[in-house]
Amino acid sequence: MRYAAWPWVAAALLGGYHGLDPSMGWLFAVALGLQERRRTRVLSALVPIGAGHLIAIAAAALLIAAARITVAASVVRNVGAAVLVLFGVFRLWRPRAHPRLGGMRVNSWELALWSFVMATAHGAGLMLVPVLLGMPASARVPGVHAHMAGVASALNGGRALVITQSAGIVLVHTAAMLAVMSALALVVYNWVGLAILRQAWINLDLIWAGALIMAGVLAAVI
Amino acid sequence: MDLWKPDQTFYPSPTMAMRAPRERLGYVVAFDPETAGHRANGNGRHDAVCVLDLDPNSPSFSRVVGRVEMPGVGDELHHFGWNACSAALCPYAPHPHVERRYLLVPGLRSSRIHVIDTKPDPRNPRIVKVISAEEIAERTGYSRPHTIHCGPDAIYVSALGAPNGDGPGGIFLLDHDSFDVLGRFEVERGPQFLAYDFWWHLGYDVGITSEWGTPKMIEDGLNPDLLLKNQYGHAIHVWDLRKRKHLQRLELGPEHQMTLELRPAHDPTKAYGFLGVVVSTKDLSGSIWTWHLDQGKWAVRKVIEIPAEAADPDLLPPALKPFKAVPPLVTDIVLSLDDKFLYVACWGTGEVRQYDVSDPFKARLTGSVRLGGIVAHTPHPKGGPVNGAMQMVELSRDGRRLYASNSLYSSWDKQFYPEGINGWVAKLDADPAGGLAVDPNLFVPFKGERPHQIHLEGGDCSSDSYCFP
Repeated sequence: MRYAAWPWVAAALLGGYHGLDPSMGWLFAVALGLQERRRTRVLSALVPIGAGHLIAIAAAALLIAAARITVAASVVRNVGAAVLVLFGVFRLWRPRAHPRLGGMRVNSWELALWSFVMATAHGAGLMLVPVLLGMPASARVPGVHAHMAGVASALNGGRALVITQSAGIVLVHTAAMLAVMSALALVVYNWVGLAILRQAWINLDLIWAGALIMAGVLAAVI
Repeated sequence: MDLWKPDQTFYPSPTMAMRAPRERLGYVVAFDPETAGHRANGNGRHDAVCVLDLDPNSPSFSRVVGRVEMPGVGDELHHFGWNACSAALCPYAPHPHVERRYLLVPGLRSSRIHVIDTKPDPRNPRIVKVISAEEIAERTGYSRPHTIHCGPDAIYVSALGAPNGDGPGGIFLLDHDSFDVLGRFEVERGPQFLAYDFWWHLGYDVGITSEWGTPKMIEDGLNPDLLLKNQYGHAIHVWDLRKRKHLQRLELGPEHQMTLELRPAHDPTKAYGFLGVVVSTKDLSGSIWTWHLDQGKWAVRKVIEIPAEAADPDLLPPALKPFKAVPPLVTDIVLSLDDKFLYVACWGTGEVRQYDVSDPFKARLTGSVRLGGIVAHTPHPKGGPVNGAMQMVELSRDGRRLYASNSLYSSWDKQFYPEGINGWVAKLDADPAGGLAVDPNLFVPFKGERPHQIHLEGGDCSSDSYCFP
C-alpha cells in the first residue's frame, strides 16, 4: 500500500496557519505580556492556549475517528464534506460570529477555555476531515479476510491504526501551531512591535471561510 | 462588507494613535432648542448631524459643509459615538476588518438612536437605520440613551433612566453588525440607581459609571430643591465587565453634586482616571477627582478644586443672584492620548483649563483660555461677542487641537444663560509643552440651533479604547 505523506504535511500547514492567525492566540499572549510588562507572561500564556487548541482538535479528531470506525467510509466522506461547506458558508455570512468570552484578566484555565472555544468556533477541528479521510483506513493484507479470526484481527488492527493516525495528526498539527505562535509572539513582543498589525493583519477569516468550503469539496472528491 | 486589511483608523495603542493623520472633518450634532422635548410638535425644525470642514487648506475651512436631518422632531441630539474603534483590535475578541463608518446618534429626549453612514461620502452622511425608543424600552427597560462606546464585544450605550422618567438608569448593548438591541449590561446592579457616563479599564476588565439624575430630575431644568438637598449624583460605581456585576460604590460626599464625565487613562495598564464634578453645594466650586486602584480596592480622591468667582448680582441669572458668585460648573473634561494633559471646561465662568496630570494626584495648571461665560462674556477674536461658554470639548489625537461647543442642555441653558444661547464652535491650540490659546481663524456660528458633542474624523480623545499600552 502506498503510504501518503500529504495528510501529515497538510496537518502541519494547518497548524502553522492557526499559529499565524492573531485571533487564535499569539496576539493574546503578547497583550498579556505587555499588560504585565513581563516576557515570561507571553510564554506562560502560550501553554494554556496551546492546550486549549489541542483539546479542541483532539475532540474533533476523536469524533472523526469514531465515525471512520463505525460508519461506512462514503457516509463519513459525504457528511463531512457537507458540514465543511455549510460551515464555510456560515463563516462567510457571519465572519465575526463567535461566543462572547474572555477579557484581559484571565488565568490559565480561562485562557485554555478561550483557546478551545476559539478553535472550535473557527472550525479548526472540522478542517481535519479531509486530512484524516486522506489516510489509509486499514492496513489490508490480501487473503486474510477469508478467515473469521482474520476479519476480527484486521478490524482491531484498523481501529488501532485509525486511532494512532488521529493522535499523530493532532500532535503534528498542535506542535506546528505552537512553534509558529511562539516564534511570532516573541518576535512581535521583543522586536517588531504591534504597529505591524495595521498592515500585516489581512482578513484571514475570509481566507479561512474559503478554505473550509474548498476542503469540503476536496473531501467529497478524494 | 469586511475590509481586506484592518481599518486604518484603528491603532493598537494610544501612543500609536497620536501619530495618526490630522483630522480634516468633524461631526457635530445640533439641536433646535425650541422643539427639544416637544414630541407632539410636528412643525419644528429637525435636529441634525453637521459636518465641519477642519482642513485649513480647504476653501470651505471652518464652515458646515454637510448636514443630515433627523426624521423626527425634538430629539435633542446630545452625545454620540462610532460603531467601531481601536477596541476592535482587542486580542480576546478581535474583529479589525470592520469599518469605522457608522455614527450612532441618540436623541436624549426622544430616546431614538439614529444610525448614520459616513461613507461613501463623509461630507454627505445618510441615515440608514433608526432604533426606536420602544425597541430599547422593550428589550432593556431603559430610556434616554446618552454615552456610546465601541467595546471589544459590542457597542455599549448608557441610559439615564426608565421610560416613565424614573430610575434606574444603566447600560445596554447593541450588536456590532446589525445594531440590534441585545439587552441590559447589568446582571447585578447593587446600589447603583442614577446613571450618566461610563467608560472602562479594558486592561483590568473593569467599568466605571457616573451619576447625573433620573430623566424626571433633569428634563425640566436643574431643580434647586433637589440640588440643595444633595439629591443629584455624588458617587461613581466600579463594575466587573466580564461578570457584569457591581463591585464598588465610591462616594465623594453628598455636597459634590453631579458626577458627570469619566476619562480613564487611555493606557490600559494604568488603573486610574479622572472624573468631573459639576458643583459643590458647599461653596459652588467645581472639582476633578482621580479614581485609582489601591491594593486591590478602588478609591477616589479630589485632585483639583476650581473656586466660584465673586460677581455682581445684577449680572447673574435669578438662580445665582443670592450667591453673589458665578460657579465654574465643570461640565466636560477630556484627556490627551498620552494621559498627560487634562482639559476642563468651566461652562459657568467661560474658561477651559489645561492641567498637566502626568502625576494623576498632583495636577498642575499649565494653561487657560476664556470665551463667553455667564458674567465675563469674553469675546472671540473672529466671532466677536459670544454667549454661552465652551462646554463640550474634544481633543485631536495628536493632542494639539481642542474643539469646543457652547451649549449644555436646552432646559439648563435657559437657567444659566437666560438671554438665550446662539450656538458656536471654536477651536483652541494646545501646546504639547503646556499652554493654550484661541485659534483666531476657526469660529463656526450656528443659526437658531445649538451644537453639542463633536467627534473628529478617524477618532479623537474620547472615541477609542485600547487593549495594548
